[in-house]
Amino acid sequence: MRVLPVGPHAALVEVSSPQDAVGLAEWARGLGLAREVVPGAETVLFDGLADGAAGTEPLARALSGWRPTRAGPGRRVEIPVSYDGPDLAAVAAAWGCAADEVAARHQGTDFVAAFCGFAPGFAYLSGLAGSVPRLATPRTRVPAGAVALAGPWCGIYPRASPGGWQVIGQTDARLWDVTLAEPALLAPGTRVRFVAR
Amino acid sequence: MSLTVLAVGASVLVQDRGRAGWAHLGVPRAGALDAPAAGLANRLVGNGEDAACLEVLLGGLAMHTDRGRWCAVTGAVAGVRVDGRPQEFAAAVWWPAGTTLEVGTPGAGLRSYVAVAGGVAVDPVLGSRSTDTLAWVGPPPVTVGDVLPVGVAAGPPAALDTPRTPSAGPLRLAPGPRADRVDGDAVALLCGTSYTVSPDSDRIGLRLDGAPLPLARTDELPSEGMVLGAVQVPPDGRPVVFLADHPTTGGYPVVAVVDEADLWQCAQLRPGEPVRFTRSSTGRPTG
Repeated sequence: MRVLPVGPHAALVEVSSPQDAVGLAEWARGLGLAREVVPGAETVLFDGLADGAAGTEPLARALSGWRPTRAGPGRRVEIPVSYDGPDLAAVAAAWGCAADEVAARHQGTDFVAAFCGFAPGFAYLSGLAGSVPRLATPRTRVPAGAVALAGPWCGIYPRASPGGWQVIGQTDARLWDVTLAEPALLAPGTRVRFVAR
Repeated sequence: MSLTVLAVGASVLVQDRGRAGWAHLGVPRAGALDAPAAGLANRLVGNGEDAACLEVLLGGLAMHTDRGRWCAVTGAVAGVRVDGRPQEFAAAVWWPAGTTLEVGTPGAGLRSYVAVAGGVAVDPVLGSRSTDTLAWVGPPPVTVGDVLPVGVAAGPPAALDTPRTPSAGPLRLAPGPRADRVDGDAVALLCGTSYTVSPDSDRIGLRLDGAPLPLARTDELPSEGMVLGAVQVPPDGRPVVFLADHPTTGGYPVVAVVDEADLWQCAQLRPGEPVRFTRSSTGRPTG
């Protein structure tokens, strides 16, 4: 676990996997070390370090009690999908299988929301076995609810936006609602399964 | 009481100090881009630090008030008129009921701040009244015909306050977490390069034109959390200073961080204007 300074008020902690990033962020969130605890793909950012915690050594000391563990009994969400995306055939070609098999593999995967970004409620879901290239030319508009793959990640567009991920299906799950106490359906740590509808 | 918006220029946004604590869900902090100017406007009219004011890009705002209130305009220096009569800038000004306040186009800088005693009282979203132009969380941009509610005035206007000198200095830099992705000393290279503000700059980032930074590595970096003031270098080598509406995670290396105390300048730099960096002497040692 390496701790890198990010200017005078923040530090980035490197871990070895998205699962560890989620785990460390969840573990550290309650400690009051920083204003923002932001998991990334293989890092956790501590931004707005509390007085006394500024500097990498005190933070490293505070985090030294953490041990990577398997994801705890995080919230589980089931997301209904119609597997009719425009890039199903391209993903099938990348994986060397039939389009039906893409949907089957996707439904058979235990995903975990690793981190958010790109848009509120957009979660990078880890767990995909295999990788998918991004589109050479991003689409100018991907509809809200598009279920898409890129690299080792799966994501769902919370609202229409430009995007370069390969769209395999569509859901009407509500991913972002600021009127709720928990506005993001897929906050980091959430376990996700997809089911065909 | 309420304000009726009669005219807006390039952009008018409701802004307060922003929303903290939601970055892990992909929600930027937002908030007034020139935070010291917004804070001064609020103090002048007796508002608390959390009050919301209006961030006016390049002037052009006209509003009618149905009640008399103290108001103040700060930030980029612009003409202030009430029913056509010139008013003092960066001072508490009495805005009588039934009159129109106008904010003209600044001769230098970009963003002026209009505070009204009581604050703009639109409904907060996730604890803040700020409009975020990346995530579009918070109230929509202010448009002609809007009726903006105003809260209860908290205290008397504070007449004595000193606006900062408008002269901009170099932006102080501390090393970022991925400084090693630059071929050489990232801070020294940034300090030694002449940049100008790109016209693509906005509340998300100050984009810089100039000699590209030499990158030592161009392989992909896994996405990681980003701070306000992060200097990110995309593959084309032209740095971006991330401002209030920046994405909360990103995949390009952050090689330096601008001192938060200098970020107000980024709110006021016009496209084509020069930007200089200097090494921060206040940053703690690394390691």
